[in-house]
Amino acid sequence: MNKINRRSFIKIAGAASAASAIGFPMIAAAAGKKQVVIVGGGTAGATAAKYIRRADASVEVTLIEPNKDYYTCYLSNEVIGGGRKLDSLKFGYDGLRKHGVTVVHDTVTAIDAKGQKVTTQGGKSFSYDRCIVAPGISFVDNIEGYDAAAMEKMPHAWKAGPQTALLRKQLEAMADGGTVLIAPPPNPFRCPPGPYERACQIASYLKAHKPKSKILIIDKKDKFSKQGLFTQAWDRHYKGMIEWVKAVDTGGGVKSVDAKTGTVSTEFEEYKPAVANIIPAQVAGSIAKVAGLTDDSGWCPVTGKTFESTIHKGIHVIGDAAIQAPLPKSGYAANSEAKVVAAAVVDLVNGREPGTPSWVNTCYSIVAPNDGISVAMVYNLVDGKVAKVEGSGGLTPMDSSPEERAREVQYAYSWFNNITSDIFN
Amino acid sequence: MSARKTLAVLLGSGLLLAGAHVSGAPTATMLADTCAGCHGTDGASTGPATPSIAGMSEIYIVDSMKAFKSGERHSTIMGRIAKGYSEEEFKLMASVFAKQPVATTSQKTDATKVAAGGKLYGGNCEKCHDEKGGLADDDAGILYSQWLPYLQYSMEDYKAGSREMPKKMKKKVDKLSDAEIEALLQFFASQQ
Repeated sequence: MNKINRRSFIKIAGAASAASAIGFPMIAAAAGKKQVVIVGGGTAGATAAKYIRRADASVEVTLIEPNKDYYTCYLSNEVIGGGRKLDSLKFGYDGLRKHGVTVVHDTVTAIDAKGQKVTTQGGKSFSYDRCIVAPGISFVDNIEGYDAAAMEKMPHAWKAGPQTALLRKQLEAMADGGTVLIAPPPNPFRCPPGPYERACQIASYLKAHKPKSKILIIDKKDKFSKQGLFTQAWDRHYKGMIEWVKAVDTGGGVKSVDAKTGTVSTEFEEYKPAVANIIPAQVAGSIAKVAGLTDDSGWCPVTGKTFESTIHKGIHVIGDAAIQAPLPKSGYAANSEAKVVAAAVVDLVNGREPGTPSWVNTCYSIVAPNDGISVAMVYNLVDGKVAKVEGSGGLTPMDSSPEERAREVQYAYSWFNNITSDIFN
Repeated sequence: MSARKTLAVLLGSGLLLAGAHVSGAPTATMLADTCAGCHGTDGASTGPATPSIAGMSEIYIVDSMKAFKSGERHSTIMGRIAKGYSEEEFKLMASVFAKQPVATTSQKTDATKVAAGGKLYGGNCEKCHDEKGGLADDDAGILYSQWLPYLQYSMEDYKAGSREMPKKMKKKVDKLSDAEIEALLQFFASQQ
């Protein structure tokens, strides 16, 4: 008998299910194992892959991800601040392979919801019973002149990796007395406290090495996540170093950049910062739009219970790309959503009704070497929608003690170790 | 089960809630999986500070979560999260972690302190924290191979009065010096 490799098996299975449509249901049933294809191997996609295999090892899981290594965005602000090496954020996919996940390094170019098939740039095609799409974010062209070349001069560093390293390098090269301009994006975006934690991390570095320098945050918003706690931290640790300018005072934040001259402009003013960190507006990762999974907002509408696309049946969208509010676009939420969807997908491919979901978010920000703050929330399903559990969660108290703040830093590092191990090992 | 007890269980699991439709209780696994982001897959923490909860007894976990929820036990973040769950849900989560083997960590400890702690253990801790803190009977937590910062935070909280010490424990702890307590914590943390 000929050896049936994975791909020819899929072809056979696909042919069998096509045959079933014209009257051979037994062949389809005999085709055997259920196939789940996951598009994107970040926090959400990788977690889903592992947890499906944990719940039901008879389900075949194929994870398609272009990159051989994944760099977490979380804790990348510490790399920018100089307290951590970029390599400590790097994770590979061998751990998932040990769970029996088939990891394919390729780029998905199309998802055919009707034909239940995913195709890649490499010319491969994968049939699925259920598809999970976790493409993260892509950038919107909302700042004039901020093109691919400008990104190499004025890094966003909002996808961790070379961009993170570049921003760090620019800070190291900067002379004392310069200004670092941070331009945070409008809502909604990945990691809502991120730009403000970044300001802390950069300030911490400048305070120690280039104390005459300043940080100017020109925001696209009039308020931001953990604002009271961040403002307190800026005052406590970096007095006079960080200035935050809200959108209403600049006519809507940064409007354009000229990477050649190093100019950053708002409606009213031009700046020539020593280092510019321009973070554009965001939408779901580009494959989501290609696959027709996005709505006018650029993000993917999903049901509350199983995060199945409300546009295309059989496809679930998780992580930053999904319209998952009140869950935030955070790593913990992505991990939590992935587990709920993994359980739901295992139920669905086995012909069972998915169970009741439960989600958690926890998000730490390290504002100084021994000063950490956090926000947490528990979520449940109410009237088919994700809802905050009343009375749960909330922020680090404004008056928490230095000892408690120091503990939060240690818990933040513990969170990083545990969640990355939960995702990739 | 008495009618009253049944009602209590139903109320606890949210099955009798009127108005907004909250679905039935999540499964134990669904609930327990949400803890992994901080406490590790199956409750085995990779550290450095968040405790492993794998192998802790159901009673200990439920009592701890209730105390976190009410604020009776001090915490940075656990209390905020505990407020999102019912006692029934604590029991479900606990049932998952209680079934796991006690996690073994690999952490740096001070050999001299570990040896000193080993000498103090028998007369001071063993009665309740049997098998070098690895036996999860009743209301004792898992100290065996537990992350050292967590053990240190716990003792700081006990001594500050922000976590209540059992009477028998207080009697012993009051007689121990800070150095002796540190030695004991190093002893527990060093277990492999």
